[in-house]
Amino acid sequence: MFSSSQGSRTLAAGVLVLLGALFACGQGSDEGTAGGAGSASPIPIGHVASLTGDTATFGQSTDRGMRMAIEEINASGGALGRPLELLSEDDRSVTEEARTAALKLLQRDEVVALLGEIASSRSLAAAPEAQRAKVPMISPGSTNPKVTEVGDYIFRACFIDPFQGTVMARFATEELKAKKVAILFDFKQDYSVGLADFFRKTFTEIGGEIVADERYTSGDIEFRAQLTTIRAAKPDAIFVPGYYTELGLIAKQARELGIEVPLLGGDGWDSEKTLEIGGSAVEGYYFSTHYAADSDSPKVQAFVERYKEKYGATPDAMAALGYDTAGILADALTRAGDTSGPKLRDAIAATQGYEGVTGRISIDPARNARKDAVVLKIEGGKFKFYRSVPAS
Amino acid sequence: MEQFLQQLLNGIAWGSIYALIALGYTMVYGVLKLINFAHGEVYMVGAMTGYYAAHALGFAVEPSFAGLFVVLVLSMAACAALGATIERVAYRPLRSAPRLASLITAIGISLLLQNGGQLLFGADPKFFPSLVAPREVVRAGGLAVSNIQLFVFGTTMALMVGLQLVVTRTRFGRAMRAVSVDAPAAALMGVPVDRVISGTFMLGSALAAAAGILVGLSNPKIDPLMGLLPGLKAFVAAVLGGIGSIPGAMVGGLLLGVVETLISAYVSSTYRDAIAFVILIAILLYRPTGLFGTGQVEKV
Repeated sequence: MFSSSQGSRTLAAGVLVLLGALFACGQGSDEGTAGGAGSASPIPIGHVASLTGDTATFGQSTDRGMRMAIEEINASGGALGRPLELLSEDDRSVTEEARTAALKLLQRDEVVALLGEIASSRSLAAAPEAQRAKVPMISPGSTNPKVTEVGDYIFRACFIDPFQGTVMARFATEELKAKKVAILFDFKQDYSVGLADFFRKTFTEIGGEIVADERYTSGDIEFRAQLTTIRAAKPDAIFVPGYYTELGLIAKQARELGIEVPLLGGDGWDSEKTLEIGGSAVEGYYFSTHYAADSDSPKVQAFVERYKEKYGATPDAMAALGYDTAGILADALTRAGDTSGPKLRDAIAATQGYEGVTGRISIDPARNARKDAVVLKIEGGKFKFYRSVPAS
Repeated sequence: MEQFLQQLLNGIAWGSIYALIALGYTMVYGVLKLINFAHGEVYMVGAMTGYYAAHALGFAVEPSFAGLFVVLVLSMAACAALGATIERVAYRPLRSAPRLASLITAIGISLLLQNGGQLLFGADPKFFPSLVAPREVVRAGGLAVSNIQLFVFGTTMALMVGLQLVVTRTRFGRAMRAVSVDAPAAALMGVPVDRVISGTFMLGSALAAAAGILVGLSNPKIDPLMGLLPGLKAFVAAVLGGIGSIPGAMVGGLLLGVVETLISAYVSSTYRDAIAFVILIAILLYRPTGLFGTGQVEKV
């Protein structure tokens, strides 16, 4: 019926379609289990994380912190007599994929609680799904206030940006004596837009002047146009409340353009990649974050030692927050008595005085945590603790 | 005023990259009347090859100009081979097929390289090693020129002059021009059309690889999807200058880079990526043959 060349062409076409379908199946999900001490069925906990992509260290560090915490919890019996099992889904640092990852965990894996995300935009994408499914969600590190406003099932274990904005605004005025500051923010990320807003508000309230207000998009690699405009406005400092990948490039290009004033940032800078990408360009810059690895608190030091032993690297703020978040969840499970959504939600909301590595964590009526911030300085190619700022 | 000059400088350095990539588009269109949508991915492979070459040969640890030169040459050679392979495997079999088939194939190759790159290189961004320590070279008042920007501009100029010499002064260049005017006639005159087309692809791909290395130097973040947007914008630059015209591609690229930078600086950086496409629509509406293109008279 078919000639032989037609037949082989059809075969070739069929093979190509098959290959194409395989390619299109895309990046698979990352699933893992942690611990497994008990013989009872494990409690599934979901983790939406950016394990790859532009903010890969956020997801990876948080995941590691959580796994370490869960291992320790399971070693001492787990929660409710059952071991905890962490199931991680990668959202590849893409906002829309955070929602997909959350749905997979909620519907396919039927997790009891959702942990994540670090980036506020991605938490905002995932939270409505958790709220709709009546599954409690705790974000370890999203600081934009809108995240917990999604619903009463959404919590966070960190401070919020109305506070973080004031930290750097006051630091710039009091410590650096800066009267004129320029802002360069990422207008695609809720975190960056919000933090820039709060900084702007506080800085002008305490008498400072915003001399330039420039923006970029996540994923941009060229910032010289904006930096040249900023340079012409002659600021005393530049506030860059973005994520570490763009920050590294911005720092390098700023130095190339001859900008010598310090850059200031928020916890989006907290990653070893800031030092790797920025290199010598980020020397002498400051940023606010949740904890300092070189703090002399014995609890922090013990945590840093254990983490170093397990993973061979110094834990950053995301790792510490991940560790504390998993701890809070286990603690809440125990207090709740069972894994049902409403009971667990109430137990998390009642968390008071939990002694974490990142500080004493109490969940307030708005489902946020009131915590101190620290300001780190980049010195000698390392993050060094500079000052602590108590919660307002 | 000096801020404007600085922005102009930024725009020219950035536009040089577009110009180098646009040259590949325009040359291939000239000889084949095909828009090679996979060209942006060749630029990406150039950057990636440079990254791995720099690390493998130890230049990442000990930066030097010689190392940069070696990496550049290696990357250009690798991408020339890639370009010739793509032509041989994907476009030559469709030479006599309707033009739409080649266009779809080009898009397919583009997707193949993007996703293949993600599999092979990993989806995370990589950071190109500093093969040259960035230094401020000129400081005239408020104007700051870094040695890297000078290098980008210098290399681009050298490559463009080189290309112009090849096209106008060599036999191969003459063969290329012959094929782009009338391929069957050129074949009848004894021009080895297949070899000329392969050579054109190799030349264009080598230029794209150079663009990839230069971007790696001045904007060190590279990832497998980095060729998507610059590829599209360089295509717009080629159309702006007149697709098929080599000086057109050079001017189109520089112009696009300058306009993009100036709009980012003086209007809003929100529109940075949109500029290219607004220009594309405007050009197609008002002057479809581009700045340097000549209207083609079609005999009916």
